[in-house]
Amino acid sequence: MMLILLAVVVAVAFWGIGAYNGLVALKNQVVNAWKQIDVQLKRRHDLIPNLVNTVKGAMDFERTTLEAVIAARNKAVSATGVAATAKAEGELTQALGRLFALTEAYPDLKATGNIAQLQEELTSTENKIGFARQLYNDVATQYNTKQMQFPTNLLAGVAKASPAELWEIEDAGERAVPSVDLSMNKPQA
Amino acid sequence: MTPDQNLFAQQETNRRQSVWLVAGFILFFAWLGFGGDWALYLNTAGAGPQGYHHTIPALGILSTLLASGICWFSWRFGAQRVLWATGAWELIEPATPQQKQLVNVVEEMAIASGLPRPRIWIVPDPDPNAFATGITPQTANLAVTEGLLDALDRDELQGVVAHEMAHVSNYDTRLMTLLAAMVGAIALMSDGMSRFLRFGGRIGSGNGGRSGGGGSDRGGKGGGPLVLVVLVLWIISMLLAPVVSRLLAMAVSRKREYLADATGAQFTRNPAALASALEKIEAAAEPTRTITRGAAHLCIVDPAARKISEREGLVADVFASHPPIRQRIIRLRGMAYQQLKRESTASGTLPA
Repeated sequence: MMLILLAVVVAVAFWGIGAYNGLVALKNQVVNAWKQIDVQLKRRHDLIPNLVNTVKGAMDFERTTLEAVIAARNKAVSATGVAATAKAEGELTQALGRLFALTEAYPDLKATGNIAQLQEELTSTENKIGFARQLYNDVATQYNTKQMQFPTNLLAGVAKASPAELWEIEDAGERAVPSVDLSMNKPQA
Repeated sequence: MTPDQNLFAQQETNRRQSVWLVAGFILFFAWLGFGGDWALYLNTAGAGPQGYHHTIPALGILSTLLASGICWFSWRFGAQRVLWATGAWELIEPATPQQKQLVNVVEEMAIASGLPRPRIWIVPDPDPNAFATGITPQTANLAVTEGLLDALDRDELQGVVAHEMAHVSNYDTRLMTLLAAMVGAIALMSDGMSRFLRFGGRIGSGNGGRSGGGGSDRGGKGGGPLVLVVLVLWIISMLLAPVVSRLLAMAVSRKREYLADATGAQFTRNPAALASALEKIEAAAEPTRTITRGAAHLCIVDPAARKISEREGLVADVFASHPPIRQRIIRLRGMAYQQLKRESTASGTLPA
């Protein structure tokens, strides 16, 4: 009888350790996935001055579009807090979209090759932001499911697990107002 | 949740199978060696006190050591060997926009899969094909042919790279790379052995006079049939080894292709792009000459002329290293359709 009890206690202890570690590992994955988004956002900010310099000469009379891109970029760089960052990034994406739509009208600009290269870089960065967000959402969903499911939910408090908010984006054309839980991403704040 | 559990289960399966593969490989060589020893022992047991007695299982020890050595080598240098055999060169500083795009696409897929970026290699071959190799995701290599870069657009290239990253993430590449290195080693030795048998037979007949004593011993001994059975078994397994290893490599590869297609689609969320990439690759029916049979199971499509893998049925099931491309395209298109349906219903009825 005693032995059975002991075995049960040991089994529960082992399960507890495993579940706790699993939650902590997932939490760190969520934080890391968030960092990946951040890295890509930074990269995009660094690319934009280059782009603007390249097209400035040829697109002199599209000044307002260029200025909109620069303004959106500066706003995105200086944005603090996740919600504000996400909003600024959304606007930057739109400004860039307008700029690229306009470059279509300048064949000699396309012919230099420089713009094509920059466009590839920016496309890739946009993709990377998208995929990083996708990874973040996947990992965060996994984390949220784990901490809500029985019996792991009994340990969620001990592991200081709180639901990570997903970065929802609606149609890229619309202005997305993503919200990500700040408390979850301490290194971010 | 389910796909992640799938991935985890697949990783476990591949890790376990890799261990089994290594164990089986060593055991097989031990059987060949010690079997030979046994045959020799039975053969020389009846010899007189002056005759040679085969008591130390030297063949067995030697072949077991050899197999262990091959396994170690395959683990350590298998990926390099595969890459070297295809003549691939590593892309470090992208020189052309095309190469830059490849680097970007690989980086994107590394992010999507949550893995470190693999090293990128280019195979100088006009036929579109791609493969991944490496023992761990941290040491993975991703190779594409020049033909692939020329034939596919950005989204399609992304689909192919995602498929390869899927192989990396679920440890298919570990098993496949070990297999490739071992298949290569076995093929090499089997070639050597058949040459030795032919050559050895000639020497044997030439030296008939000198080894006549042993021959008459064998004839006069009671254990003759047993010796013959063991010897025949031994030679058969020696000759069958390359065939078996090929079949194993192929059987192990086909199931994975569907799974890697699905996992890759999960990375890109764009199964239609991979489907159209496969269509383009299929249309370019040239065999990929630089990729030899030993590495065929690593590739996204069978590098040999795709005749067998296009057929369905038993023979194709046994001999093709890849499922029919048609089947894969149909499945991917099905996924794309499901996705479309999900998205349209989700946008309509999404709860606030």
